[in-house]
Amino acid sequence: MSQRITESKLIEAANNRILLLDGAMGTMIQEHKLEEADYRGERFADWHSDVKGNNDLLVLSQPKIIYDIHCAYLAAGADIIETNTFNATTISMADYNMQELAKEINIEATKLARQAADKFTAQTPDKPRFVAGVLGPTSRTASISPDVNDPAKRNVTFDELVEAYVEATHGLIEGGADLIMVETIFDTLNAKAAVFAVQSVFEELNVDLPVMISGTITDASGRTLSGQTAEAFYYSMNHVEPFSFGLNCALGPDLLRQYVEEISQVSECFVSAHPNAGLPNEFGEYDMESDEMASHIKEWAASGLLNIVGGCCGSTPKHIEAIADAVKDYPPRKIVKRKVKMRLSGLEAFVH
Amino acid sequence: MSINEIDKNLPIDTVAKSSANFINVGERTNVTGSAMFKRLILNDEYEKALDVARQQVENGAQIIDVNMDEAMLDSEAAMTRFLNLIASEPDISRVPIMIDSSKWSVIEAGLKCVQGKAVVNSISLKEGEENFLHQAKLLKRYGAATVVMAFDEQGQADTEERKFEICERSYKLLTEKIGFPPQDIIFDPNIFAVATGIEEHNNYAVDFINATRRIRQSLPHAHVSGGLSNVSFSFRGNNPVREAMHSVFLFHAIKAGMDMGIVNAGQLEVYDQIPEELKKAVEDVILNRHEHATDVLLELAPKYQGDGKAVVKDNLEWRKLPVNKRLEHALVRGIMDFIEEDTEAARLDADRPLHVIEGPLMDGMNVVGDLFGEGKMFLPQVVKSARVMKKAVSYLNPYIELEKDQGSSNGKILLATVKGDVHDIGKNIVGVVLQCNNFEIIDLGVMVPCAKLLQVARDENVDMIGLSGLITPSLDEMVHVAKEMQRLDFDLPLLIGGATTSKAHTAVKIEHNYQHPVVYVPNASRAVGVCQKLITTENRALYAEELALDYEKVRVQHAKKKPRTRPVTLEQARENGFNYDWDTYQPPIPNKLGVTSLSVGLAELVDYIDWTPFFLTWSLAGKYPRILQDEVVGKEAQNLFDDAQVMLKSLCNNPELIARGVMGIFPANRVQDDIQIYADESRNNVTFVAHHLRQQTEKPKGANNCLSDFIAPKSSGKADYLGAFAVTAGTWEDALAKEYEDAGDDYNSIMIKSLADRFAEAFAEYLHEKVRKEIWGYAPDENLSNEELIREKYQGIRPAPGYAACPEHTEKQLIWDLLETEKNTGMKLTESYAMWPGAAVSGFYFSHPECRYFAVAQIQEDQLLDYAARKNWSRLEAEKWLGPNLQ
Repeated sequence: MSQRITESKLIEAANNRILLLDGAMGTMIQEHKLEEADYRGERFADWHSDVKGNNDLLVLSQPKIIYDIHCAYLAAGADIIETNTFNATTISMADYNMQELAKEINIEATKLARQAADKFTAQTPDKPRFVAGVLGPTSRTASISPDVNDPAKRNVTFDELVEAYVEATHGLIEGGADLIMVETIFDTLNAKAAVFAVQSVFEELNVDLPVMISGTITDASGRTLSGQTAEAFYYSMNHVEPFSFGLNCALGPDLLRQYVEEISQVSECFVSAHPNAGLPNEFGEYDMESDEMASHIKEWAASGLLNIVGGCCGSTPKHIEAIADAVKDYPPRKIVKRKVKMRLSGLEAFVH
Repeated sequence: MSINEIDKNLPIDTVAKSSANFINVGERTNVTGSAMFKRLILNDEYEKALDVARQQVENGAQIIDVNMDEAMLDSEAAMTRFLNLIASEPDISRVPIMIDSSKWSVIEAGLKCVQGKAVVNSISLKEGEENFLHQAKLLKRYGAATVVMAFDEQGQADTEERKFEICERSYKLLTEKIGFPPQDIIFDPNIFAVATGIEEHNNYAVDFINATRRIRQSLPHAHVSGGLSNVSFSFRGNNPVREAMHSVFLFHAIKAGMDMGIVNAGQLEVYDQIPEELKKAVEDVILNRHEHATDVLLELAPKYQGDGKAVVKDNLEWRKLPVNKRLEHALVRGIMDFIEEDTEAARLDADRPLHVIEGPLMDGMNVVGDLFGEGKMFLPQVVKSARVMKKAVSYLNPYIELEKDQGSSNGKILLATVKGDVHDIGKNIVGVVLQCNNFEIIDLGVMVPCAKLLQVARDENVDMIGLSGLITPSLDEMVHVAKEMQRLDFDLPLLIGGATTSKAHTAVKIEHNYQHPVVYVPNASRAVGVCQKLITTENRALYAEELALDYEKVRVQHAKKKPRTRPVTLEQARENGFNYDWDTYQPPIPNKLGVTSLSVGLAELVDYIDWTPFFLTWSLAGKYPRILQDEVVGKEAQNLFDDAQVMLKSLCNNPELIARGVMGIFPANRVQDDIQIYADESRNNVTFVAHHLRQQTEKPKGANNCLSDFIAPKSSGKADYLGAFAVTAGTWEDALAKEYEDAGDDYNSIMIKSLADRFAEAFAEYLHEKVRKEIWGYAPDENLSNEELIREKYQGIRPAPGYAACPEHTEKQLIWDLLETEKNTGMKLTESYAMWPGAAVSGFYFSHPECRYFAVAQIQEDQLLDYAARKNWSRLEAEKWLGPNLQ
């Protein structure tokens, strides 16, 4: 499909129903109980450092596993699946000395998701499936000092982030992504660098894919890790004219609801949410069952908060299936145009 | 939004502060607007600077403006650091930031530090549509709103028509060409001063208000902002009138649609509390209701002045005063016209001619001294007062001689610029100011050897000695003088001043060498207080104790001061040098190799003058031309500037005054940190070697720079070139200055020197441009305005030995040898490598597109020894010349 046709199909679908995102990738990978040798596969058998835990690497060393996870989510009803590229930037890959693989991982991860999505689209052409190329937050923060004694210090700069994100974006587009999704944003400045990079690449390649923005409210303070309220965060990112705007991770649906509602009130684009399956228990496991999660989401849909919904940490195809079933009878949230005003922000919103 | 909702009965400041319709932008975190904030930033007191920001937010600023445009700062680094610090302070960073700079690079640096949606201040059509749209497009990508100045290729808009036309054009370009959100555009249609006495200015407020109305009516969603204090600037010193003007202006501008502004809430009268009579007069001025509006307000103004500052009009009323008051008036205002007549009248009244000096003249000078001390008079005015005083004294002198009486004075002070240094503007100013305060001054001039200095001090039985110097080797000479005074059992206080001197240097390097008071005097206005304290024995002891304690503190602090960045070895620094792929680069081949000497008429250089340092010489701080509009010193700056223009004209009209210079370009290649200069293009015969120093502190992001790095290394096989130059305004400076000095006119004597200085700098700029466009010719199509030249927007640099990038002074000898400078221009080097005449500039030319200025700063032991070996020096010699760069 050409870019324009894909985009119009996506918008058409989003106008007609609540779209389903996939669920957690990490949770699904964990179930395979992979060991160091599995992560390495053949190609990296002799790699000079440990790579266990480098989930993104699996698109190169265990592509079949990733492909199957995508298919499981598509079978559960996902309209949009996310590439396995959460950490595939030079900055995060440096933890494994694998910076130079970052672009290749983005390309291959997107190709895997593409194949899976195309296979399901072919089976049910009236329910086209889409691939969201994921840009994660990286392992560093541009507006928080790593050193309590020197609050002006930073361990990554805006320019360094832009450089890393430019490369990743190139890979996602080359691999065939339909959308770009900047997600799990806990430092807005990182995300601003990401969208700066995305727009530069769009200009360079003369393409214009829809962009999804999804931030993370870290705790009951109702703010991002870098201190912004949900509304302030929205104004910080609104210049990218996103396809959708929403929240994911950190909280389960019960605790996340009020912030999704806040976003729903201010947002002039589609609203997305993919909460965790509850909070982790003392063993670090997420134990909110699929029906409980679905019942929360059902209420969100009934309240008209949602356009796109899925799951983050702890969620499985079972959760997605339950959510799909729960929201299928509700119309999507209507987009409202708000009064034209200058909307600025610091940590808090300022409207004039 | 409805502006008409504002209730006319509300106090206007309440309106400004709390109205949802008006955004109040905090203005104190701006180095160009707040002297305190500037001082904190320059002193690296960022913690306290943060407090300024915090107070702004606490006091209700809805947005805070941050500006770091200051020549002494690395503005990008300061912006980055301050915004990063703000990011860690939730009670400050909760509000949006306004990133304020005239430099795009600083704005971008700021945008890279804020997670919120910020406002940029500002962009404009000044440099054309392409640049404007390019910047706006990037702003869209960073996600920021922006202030757009009513400024285009023709200049700043003053009339309603121009203001609106430029804003409309900007609006269309932004919204139609690149889809910039109109609600994120804030127009600043320029608030200018009214009631200046110049007829064309009378309508400025009306122009602003009307333009505002049209912008809000025809450019949907856009906002209007402005800096309020400008409007009342002709009533500086009369706060009640100013505050009334601000309120009235704001009242009408807000009605017209101004919805944002930089407003100092402390400078705002409550609209309804303005007395009816004053309000009407102010309203007539702001709204330009009739042609006499300014006169009426001027007449009314003194009635409302609340703080005792006089608003003086130019008329001859004062001639009706009694004679001693007339003298005082002439002294305070620096009026020469009637001084002999009045002095004569006073003499006839007095019992003895000396009483005229001790009585009315000194009384008048005391008033001047007090006003200066309180910051109510500025240096150029004081120097003019001194000129009047001198004229009066010289008129009386013959009568005093007849009585064979000695004038009594506060004390006798010996002043000198130390051996090896020729700079004396600052010293002359100190001399004048002290004379105004009845000290007798013996000025030995420049390049005064220590032995002569001390001899005169003994012979003349002076009360104290003041040393001055501008170049860094002079610091060592001052240390030497202090040691000699100790050795020869002097007990006189020693005063230290001049551009490179500092309290820290005085405390750490000089003071402990001499057991009597050594006092650092930061500027002319401090000199009087210091000398008065030192002149009586009782006071002196007390003051000396205070000083000793103070300097001890400075020494302790200095000892504790850790280097902010870690040193690296010379080897490491070299490895992290400017990293460049020379294979891909072809150095430009000069159109003309070898030496060219030239003479230029002064008139040709006028356009190249950078005026800002001129004002600094006169202790008036501020950027030209903005300084002429400055709230505090603007008027004096304008007077000084007018006088300078008269002098400038007469200098330019004198065909005998010729600026002389010499330059040359030579085949050259880099060998490690040196640059080999070759006899010819065969590059076999090394005729000279230029030695450069390398930065030796840790540079995690950038390179450890060394000027030599910007020349292609010999190993690259690329033919590269090095240029050099030496220019002077001419050898006329001293003679002309002396003529005025002998006539008792210090004002014009200092004026000559400060202008000669400007001419030398202008010549350097002029010649550099000629080199880029013709002689070297690598930028034949360059077309830059003087402003852009001052901001060094061109390719290539011209670093001068003795300054930050090549701080070692003896390298000037290379320029002298290479260009046969003395033969070609008459310029000489002193033993400390100061240039004579004082108004002179010399340096190197580098052409590489990426070369830039930097500061070598502190170097380490290994480089000291390496440099000594390269220069064929002993360690001791190297320590002497590299002193300022060693710990």
